Amino acid sequence: MSKSLTLPQLLAKAPALRIANWLAFAKNALLPTLGILLFLAIWHGVAKNINTSLGQFPGPAQVWEQVNGLLSEHQAQREKAALFYAKQEARNAERQAKDPSYVPKVRAFTGAPTFIDQIWTSLYTVAVGFFIASLVAVPMGILCGLSKSAYAAFNPVIQLFKPVSPLAWLPLVTMVVSALYVSDDPMFSKSFVISAFTVSLCCLWPTLINTAVGVSNIETDLINVSKVLRLSPMAHVFKIVLPSSIPMIFTGLRLSLGIGWMVLIAAEMLAQNPGLGKFVWDEFQNGSSESLARIMVAVLTIGAIGLVLDRLMLLVQKQVSWDKSAVLR
Amino acid sequence: MREKHHLELTQVGIEFPTPKGPFTALQDVNLKINKGEFISLIGHSGCGKSTVLNIVAGLHQATTGGVILDSQEVREPGPERAVVFQNHSLLPWLSAYKNVELAVKQTSKGRSKQEIREWVEHNLALVHMSHAADKLPSEISGGMKQRVGIARALAMEPKVLLMDEPFGALDALTRAHLQDSLMEIHASLGNTVIMITHDVDEAVFLSDRIVMMTNGPSATIGEILDINLPRPRNRITLADNVQYNHYRHEVLTFLYEKQRKVEPVIAVASEKVTKVEDAKKSDAA
Repeated sequence: MSKSLTLPQLLAKAPALRIANWLAFAKNALLPTLGILLFLAIWHGVAKNINTSLGQFPGPAQVWEQVNGLLSEHQAQREKAALFYAKQEARNAERQAKDPSYVPKVRAFTGAPTFIDQIWTSLYTVAVGFFIASLVAVPMGILCGLSKSAYAAFNPVIQLFKPVSPLAWLPLVTMVVSALYVSDDPMFSKSFVISAFTVSLCCLWPTLINTAVGVSNIETDLINVSKVLRLSPMAHVFKIVLPSSIPMIFTGLRLSLGIGWMVLIAAEMLAQNPGLGKFVWDEFQNGSSESLARIMVAVLTIGAIGLVLDRLMLLVQKQVSWDKSAVLR
Repeated sequence: MREKHHLELTQVGIEFPTPKGPFTALQDVNLKINKGEFISLIGHSGCGKSTVLNIVAGLHQATTGGVILDSQEVREPGPERAVVFQNHSLLPWLSAYKNVELAVKQTSKGRSKQEIREWVEHNLALVHMSHAADKLPSEISGGMKQRVGIARALAMEPKVLLMDEPFGALDALTRAHLQDSLMEIHASLGNTVIMITHDVDEAVFLSDRIVMMTNGPSATIGEILDINLPRPRNRITLADNVQYNHYRHEVLTFLYEKQRKVEPVIAVASEKVTKVEDAKKSDAA
């Protein structure tokens, strides 16, 4: 096309093109940057004027300082751990050299978990809670979507428990786990089980409800196809029901994961399960002049991780969804 | 001895429960169909054509009477009565090939993998869709989707092929194309076909008999018209054929004089417009 244009025509078109490109660039990159800068400016301006008992409210600069502080603390802790293990190994080797029958004892490093460690713990906990919830919610949702009777039976319970805050569940879950999860050599710590289970309880509902809606809205024609082919109930579920409700199931899963991540922070604060929530709580109790800035780092981290989790789910959803024309956001 | 028919509908009637009491949609539908016959069901919207088809398919249960296929009562849906749905109803997450394959795997016990593959490919070739076997339904046109839908139905090796306005959603040219394909396939396979249509030309062009339904409620068969046109039929020569135009006239008379639908003025006016357009289209074809 452009080859057929003469030079003067091209030149006449050039400014228009440049303006269009510029507008696209502004929309995609400039405006979001502007938004972030505006936020930082307001934050900076407001923070200066807030004085708490723990000192001035941290602005972006102080928070950035703490980011570096937390990272170098993590680095230092790692070096300490490496040193500890190296020493232990050397000591064991020495003792074994003296006495070949000596069975070396390996002790784990018991330094306080760093901010980075806390992030991993939180991610692990939310993953386990979310996984368990999905394992229950998707089949239950399919059942409720397929059978009107099952739906009528479960719906009141679902509607009743859906709006319950995790904080209301937590004391009950704590007592139940303490009573039932008794073992001399527990695979998981109690606080972990409590947090993960609380996350599960709150993750169930969006997946369950969206799956049920997705399944009950399958096109009648597709169900008729299944009937004409005389698909067995299992084949019906796996060949017709599941694929056709995948988009709705994933909408539910994404909502669930978002809720799970929010719930987790609250649960960790109260259950004292290691993780970002506990980090925030500990800093709050600690009450040093750096605490507020450190909490702010945690807040931003929680937001960023939540965002990344949601984007990851969106990627998976795009991968498995057959309806490529659907706009997912 | 009484002649044994292939497919028999006897005193078929159906009632649907409504808040105002049972609504009789169909009653006293009697029809005997021979093996290999091509039957069209024609009538105004809401006259219960689809209901008749669904009862034969087993998707609806008749309240009175019943359907017998080869001496067996029809009680539930099954692949020996394959359905081609109006809006193709292919599984959107499966390619054309996989859609047909699902039907083949389900209906062919004891076929080897190789035989299954060959049968799927054979049926796609029958509807001239081999080139798009790996395309998803969303990637092909409406006419192509309907072809795959027909291939899927044929692949079940049905005794009776049930078609619910198979070409209703297609443009006139594509429709003519698919009608020709369908006629070829019917000629070579000899399936019994029941097809619902709104299109008078389509009915006359394809059928051995046209079953004309009265308006509901309590719809039933009004008249049955035998189409004694020699096969193979050619739409261009038929357009000028006296006998063909006589059949068209018969069907049109039934639909627009004997069973004229009483509807609000505006709806009638718009229907007339489409009728005129239809007539133009058929003249063009």
